[in-house]
Amino acid sequence: MILAFDIITLIFLVVTALIALRVKDLLAASMVFGIYSFLICLLWAQMNAVDVAFTEAAVGAGVSAVFMIATVFQTTRRSKD
Amino acid sequence: MKFLGLIAVLITGGLMLLASNDFPDWADSESPANNKADLSQKYVTDTLELTEVPNMVTAVLADYRGFDTMFETVVIFVAGIAIIAVLRPVNHDYSLPQPDDEDPDLIVLMTCRLLIPVIQLFALYVVAHGHHSPGGGFQGGVMLGASFILYALAYGLPKALVRLSEKRAITLAVIGILIYAGFGLATQFLGRNFLDYGVLYKIMPGVETEAWARSHSMLGVEIGVAFTVTAIMFAIYANLSTRGRLDRGL
Repeated sequence: MILAFDIITLIFLVVTALIALRVKDLLAASMVFGIYSFLICLLWAQMNAVDVAFTEAAVGAGVSAVFMIATVFQTTRRSKD
Repeated sequence: MKFLGLIAVLITGGLMLLASNDFPDWADSESPANNKADLSQKYVTDTLELTEVPNMVTAVLADYRGFDTMFETVVIFVAGIAIIAVLRPVNHDYSLPQPDDEDPDLIVLMTCRLLIPVIQLFALYVVAHGHHSPGGGFQGGVMLGASFILYALAYGLPKALVRLSEKRAITLAVIGILIYAGFGLATQFLGRNFLDYGVLYKIMPGVETEAWARSHSMLGVEIGVAFTVTAIMFAIYANLSTRGRLDRGL
């Protein structure tokens, strides 16, 4: 059961990493980064590293996603030059 | 150029894979982490007795490796200062009247009014119970900072800056580091090494043993970390979302 969970999470992890790299929209990329962090958080929790999982959920999936989105809102769709 | 980049990535990745061969196997009893003077065994068996802290992770983080954690806090502080310094516009009059935000939507307003106290209460619980359950200063501080960010998102940045202005945020961050370093200095004045909390039982009221002094000092240190992280998280958000102008947020 745990092995199946691991494999599914790891596959999703690779898929989200590839999506975050390939997708053109910066807002979508930062959302996918949030999902990526949350999947890593699940893996930490599965390995009984609850403290690390907590940090990953708060910092990785929470605040750093907000920071990235706040930065994306300061960009424009087309470059000025 | 793309081809050269691919080659560079392949070589770096290959070198990293090659180097990972030298890592010890999972649960290898001969690896330095497992057999060097039985270090990790000592953490597992003796932590509760020596520090009265059930959560070993916090004991290692805030006590045995307190020096490391102190400078981690300083790193967060320096990161915040650096972001503020990079984003700050050179000639910008901060005393100009801020453009008024339109009133927030009723649903958003009520949701935030219900959510923010719960988030802050849980964040304080996470900080205060860092040595008994998962959590601690970093996690609790991030959640407390996130509650301020939520406030700024719902009510607009100017109103949030009234609650936690940038000056106040930086002062709070410095106070957090000073609390941490103050615990270290106090132990030095009592004749021990920097951050060797055990000796603080002499000046803590109602504390008889070294173990309890270490437990309470860990709580104090976590509170210092939480101060710094809360303030810096909000300062980073305020500067990132306005390009350092601190006018109208998202």
